Amino acid sequence: MNNPLLKVENVGIQFGGLKAVQGFDMELFEGELVGLIGPNGAGKTTSFNMLTGVYKPTEGQITFDGKVTNKMSPHQVTKSGVSRTFQNIRLFKELTVLDNVKVANHSLANHSLMSSVLRLPAHFKGEAKMEQQSIEFLKIFELDKYKDELAKNLPYGMQRRLEIARALAAGPKLLLLDEPAAGMNPQETRALMDLIALIRKKFDLTILLIEHDMGLVMGICERIYVLDHGQLIASGTPEEIRSNKKVIEAYLGEEVTI
Amino acid sequence: MKISKPFWIYTMIAIIGYVIVQVMISSGQLDMYYSNLFITMAINVMLAVSLHLVIGITGQFSIGHAGFLAVGAYISAICTMQLQLPFIVGLIVGAVVAAIAGLIVGIPTLRLRGDYLAIATLGFAEIIRIIFLNWDYVGGAAGMQVMQQTTWTYAFFGMLITIIVISNFTRSRHGRACIAIREDEIAADAMGINITYYKVLAFAIGSLFAGLAGGLFSHNFFIIQPAQFGFLKSFDILIYVVLGGLGSLSGAVIAAVALTIISLYLQDFPETRMIIYSLVLILVMLYRPVGLMGTKEITDLFKRKRKGGDVHE
Ligand SMILES: Nc1ncnc2c1ncn2[C@@H]1O[C@H](COP(=O)(O)OP(=O)(O)OP(=O)(O)O)[C@@H](O)[C@H]1O
Ligand SMILES: [Mg+2]
Repeated sequence: MNNPLLKVENVGIQFGGLKAVQGFDMELFEGELVGLIGPNGAGKTTSFNMLTGVYKPTEGQITFDGKVTNKMSPHQVTKSGVSRTFQNIRLFKELTVLDNVKVANHSLANHSLMSSVLRLPAHFKGEAKMEQQSIEFLKIFELDKYKDELAKNLPYGMQRRLEIARALAAGPKLLLLDEPAAGMNPQETRALMDLIALIRKKFDLTILLIEHDMGLVMGICERIYVLDHGQLIASGTPEEIRSNKKVIEAYLGEEVTI
Repeated sequence: MKISKPFWIYTMIAIIGYVIVQVMISSGQLDMYYSNLFITMAINVMLAVSLHLVIGITGQFSIGHAGFLAVGAYISAICTMQLQLPFIVGLIVGAVVAAIAGLIVGIPTLRLRGDYLAIATLGFAEIIRIIFLNWDYVGGAAGMQVMQQTTWTYAFFGMLITIIVISNFTRSRHGRACIAIREDEIAADAMGINITYYKVLAFAIGSLFAGLAGGLFSHNFFIIQPAQFGFLKSFDILIYVVLGGLGSLSGAVIAAVALTIISLYLQDFPETRMIIYSLVLILVMLYRPVGLMGTKEITDLFKRKRKGGDVHE
């Protein structure tokens, strides 16, 4: 294969004395759908935060699409083509469903401040384009009929879908999904997975997915990385992971302590 | 070019209001006392709307807005009184210098997460007041004489420009970015919004119009004194925004107009005024914590009535 789209080399971060993640290595190639799993507190979300610029790693290097991104701020990382959803839904609650997506569409339009303040033709053209594109994204997730609802008034499952629609509107090459099916029932989860497969094809996406549902991850991911206590303990195909001793121990260990 | 119908309707209503007041002033039906009330009202609306952009739209808590009012007031007065420049030039220079002051305060503090802005603006307003207090060139504590040049026409159009610019800004991708920051800074950042840029931009625009209001303010009273720009003035402006409903431009306007009238009647009882203000605030917090309008606009009420019937264009 050619160069990886995302290359994570020996990345680590420390909070006070706690090494939340250390020695993390990962390579994602264009078009892959990869899972990131691990018990609670393993460092999965923290890894996402480092990949998206929310946290600056205290060691190591992250290269995306040929650019070193670990010193960039989140909006710069997003502009370079990485976007994400959040484990605890972070929608713009008081904005409408449509406006939530439009915010992410921000950089796809380029009408200036002056054109908006003076209501020049460029403003209307740009806003119309944003509106039309945002509605396209909503349609994919069957949210277009709720476009004028406030985001906070959507039922939980739809809020999760809206988060993905919004992340997609930012125009990513790499989409990071942090437990997108959390709190959904099996049918909803199934439908969501089909949707993820669909957008992956439609937008030529590379996807990294955090998920607790093992069956689900094993079913749709081509490769899987396993974190435990901030360290990478295994990576490989679902079959390899399923029979990996360290992985079984990590998960058994979790169950014993529960 | 299409500009939405409501925009023209509201502008027309406003201009009709302007003409009526103007005719009443020219014909002598409104004496100095009342024409002054209208001018003060317009200035207060400008202050309310400019702070609304910073607090209500962008979610950045600034509590020293009177500092920018003071910069605009003194700088424009220096232009007209000391440098003999035309009034309109003074107004523009005052607004621009206030915006620059906004950048100076905003750039270092707004890049940090958290509420540093509140402390910084409070400190800034005090520093500005103390500078003018000790600067003999502008009269120190005794104040500075300023020629009365603000007319109802200046005040009205100052207010109209402020409202149009800030409402157009808000209803664009730029304003949407600011609202996203208010709603969730981390998510806005993750969606590609340059949060520092938009926070500083909103703050500078807010300072610009507070400065413009300052120029109109200083040329309306024959004299300005540092004491007029103390914390209580900042507090007054803050109340317009909180009372009107954080996030509602029309709420800020309504609150500014109502409180200007109320405080006119309570002019001779400053203590009573503060007590009433405090009571009103407490009642609002208890019974309507989102303020008069919440985040809604007058236009929303209008829209709801039309829903079902005719088609949006
Ligand atoms: N900002 C922070 N400050 C201090 N500690 C943190 C911070 N962020 C994460 N941690 C710690 O890092 C560890 C990893 O947390 P993380 O949220 O990445 O786990 P996770 O794998 O996503 O778990 P879950 O499955 O519960 O979501 C935890 O011990 C957590 O308390
Ligand atoms: Mg997590």
